[in-house]
Amino acid sequence: MIVRVEGLQKSFGARQVLRGIDAQVRKGETIALVGPSGGGKTTFLRCLNGLDSFDAGLVEIAGLSIAPRTQPDAPELRALRTRVGMVFQGLYLFPHLNALENVMLAALHVRGEARDVVERRARALLQRVGLGDRAAARPRQLSGGQQQRVAIARALAMEPEILLLDEPTSALDPQMRGEVLMVLRDLAGTCTMLVVTHEMSFACGVATRIWVFDEGRLVEDGPASEVTVNPRSERARAFFRAVT
Amino acid sequence: MAIGLVVLLAASGLARIRAQGEVQWAGDLQGGEPYVFRDPRNPATLVGFEVDLMEALAKKLAVRERFVQNDWSNLVPSLERGDFDLICNGLEDTEALRQRILLSRPYFHFAEQLVVRRGSTLRTLDALRGHRVGTLASSLAHQILRAHPEIEIVLYGGQEEPYRDLQLGRTDAVLLDSVIAARYGLTKPDLEVADPDVARGTYVIGMRKGDEDLRDAVDAALAQLGASGELTRIFTKWRLPELPATSHPVAPEQPPPATFDQAQVMLFFGAAGVTLALTLAGMALAIPLGLLLALSRLYGRAPARFLSHAYIEVFRGTPVLLQLYILYYGIAPLVHFSAPAAAILGLGLNYGAYEAEVHRAALQAIPAGQGEAAAALGMSRGQALRLVLLPQALRTALPAMTNDLIALLKDSSLVSVITVVELTKQMTITAVDVRSWALPGALCAALYFAMSYPLARLAARLEARLENSGEEPAAVPAT
Repeated sequence: MIVRVEGLQKSFGARQVLRGIDAQVRKGETIALVGPSGGGKTTFLRCLNGLDSFDAGLVEIAGLSIAPRTQPDAPELRALRTRVGMVFQGLYLFPHLNALENVMLAALHVRGEARDVVERRARALLQRVGLGDRAAARPRQLSGGQQQRVAIARALAMEPEILLLDEPTSALDPQMRGEVLMVLRDLAGTCTMLVVTHEMSFACGVATRIWVFDEGRLVEDGPASEVTVNPRSERARAFFRAVT
Repeated sequence: MAIGLVVLLAASGLARIRAQGEVQWAGDLQGGEPYVFRDPRNPATLVGFEVDLMEALAKKLAVRERFVQNDWSNLVPSLERGDFDLICNGLEDTEALRQRILLSRPYFHFAEQLVVRRGSTLRTLDALRGHRVGTLASSLAHQILRAHPEIEIVLYGGQEEPYRDLQLGRTDAVLLDSVIAARYGLTKPDLEVADPDVARGTYVIGMRKGDEDLRDAVDAALAQLGASGELTRIFTKWRLPELPATSHPVAPEQPPPATFDQAQVMLFFGAAGVTLALTLAGMALAIPLGLLLALSRLYGRAPARFLSHAYIEVFRGTPVLLQLYILYYGIAPLVHFSAPAAAILGLGLNYGAYEAEVHRAALQAIPAGQGEAAAALGMSRGQALRLVLLPQALRTALPAMTNDLIALLKDSSLVSVITVVELTKQMTITAVDVRSWALPGALCAALYFAMSYPLARLAARLEARLENSGEEPAAVPAT
């Protein structure tokens, strides 16, 4: 198991956003996290690399564990984050660096690898996301879809054991979503991925399992064929009716 | 009404003050005791031997008297502008002054006295070659010292500071007149007179050229006051020892008025260099200090946040002039800074507070996602700051920093209060020497601009370079 979560609970003030989540992921799986807004998908994902702290429960990921109430800037999270990559909904490339430098930065300074090794890997990754010719471009010279592809390459440059993606296509125009989903489809199977998404075609076509979050609970967990066709919960049934 | 005004202006001096019913006389309250100053027991009223003198004089002229406050070093230009009728404020009789305005007969005789630290071996102007001697700017003593080019002259704006610096060893002697020396120098137990009579001088009343009849009336009145013993009564009241008038020349040979020649221009270039050096050194201190303050205010623990916030508010909320005074004079018994060191430190500490706010605003303008993206890649807070946040903040802060650099270039003129001669101070000194503000003022302005404009261009180019690096502008169409 590359991810093991037991009894995960989190509140923002009086509002409980995660009400005891139990979940496991095997190496190489692609999980699509779906469900209505406010259901807790994004918070759950952010708890997996410590960007949000949680109140109770257990998180084990990539061989390391996070204790409840670990602050987001705690030094013990740094080792874990080098093994767990993340891609955000917002386009958070570093604007003062070009595409290649964005991809290289963490491997150079966090992992302390030699520059030539890092550069070779970074160029290969840009090639893999279809941007081999835009290495010298600044983020503002790239389209949204291109920026998100660079962000995926940036996360992959740390050679993570697992990749967390938080709505990677929802800030993009429809025509740009395709190019990002294409990259993710290509990655599926070679890398463990947890993707929060509203793209049901991607969830059904690529993910090995679909998780439906609703009101802080994981209400469905299974292959698309089971979950979408014959959901167990009324809430999940309503959700799929609405999105398909 | 308008015609009446013209007649009033065109009338000669005496007719004018008779028509006004009052004589307006000017001095600088900063000159303090015993000239003209606020009564410590009743600050609404002015007292001093010159107040008594002017009251007696006005009575003789059959008009009222009214005091006009004016910066001491600008009394003559203000008189010429017509801001008041006459100057009565320790105005010293010099040949240069005679050529410019009308002077009355002397009303007081004094000696220029050389004061040193008790036991000092440097007791004459000749012995003080190669040493630092303090005096007031544009005073008779200043002129005497300038006849000794080997002496390094240190100029002050007030009477207290020259003796303070002498006590502290920042200078080796002070040359000022006997009135000031007795009041401000010899009251300090560790100072003593080395030469009580370096030269003689007189205080006179100054009036505009063209007001000859007023000058004659003032002279006649002074003669009557002298004969009646009224003057002696005033000086005794104020404990001013009257020196016998001497027949020997009042002051050493007056140098002819300087011309604005190449030597003066070279002085300007030297002073511009001082200004530039102060500015760059001050900013080199302010930027890292400001960064430190901003970081501790944004990311520090509660005590650090409080302290940096307090620092910023105190240094931003009080005048830099006051901070310079405190650094140089106030804490001198504890920490002994040289004048240039105090100047750079004072400017740097003050501008550090402004830079702190510039950096803080720039850091806060960065989207929170940038910090999270850095954290998610495993960066420590220090790495995130160094590699991700500060490079972005610097780009945002650059225009404001350029602004502050240019403001500092001009604010650096304030350090003349702690005896540093920079461009503006050099301009005022030269203006007095050559008796004109026009040319020195124009050159001074030109030099400031010649320094600030390239600084601004340099910053603009740096900004453009930071902004535009990257690949060739959109040669490859986005797919």
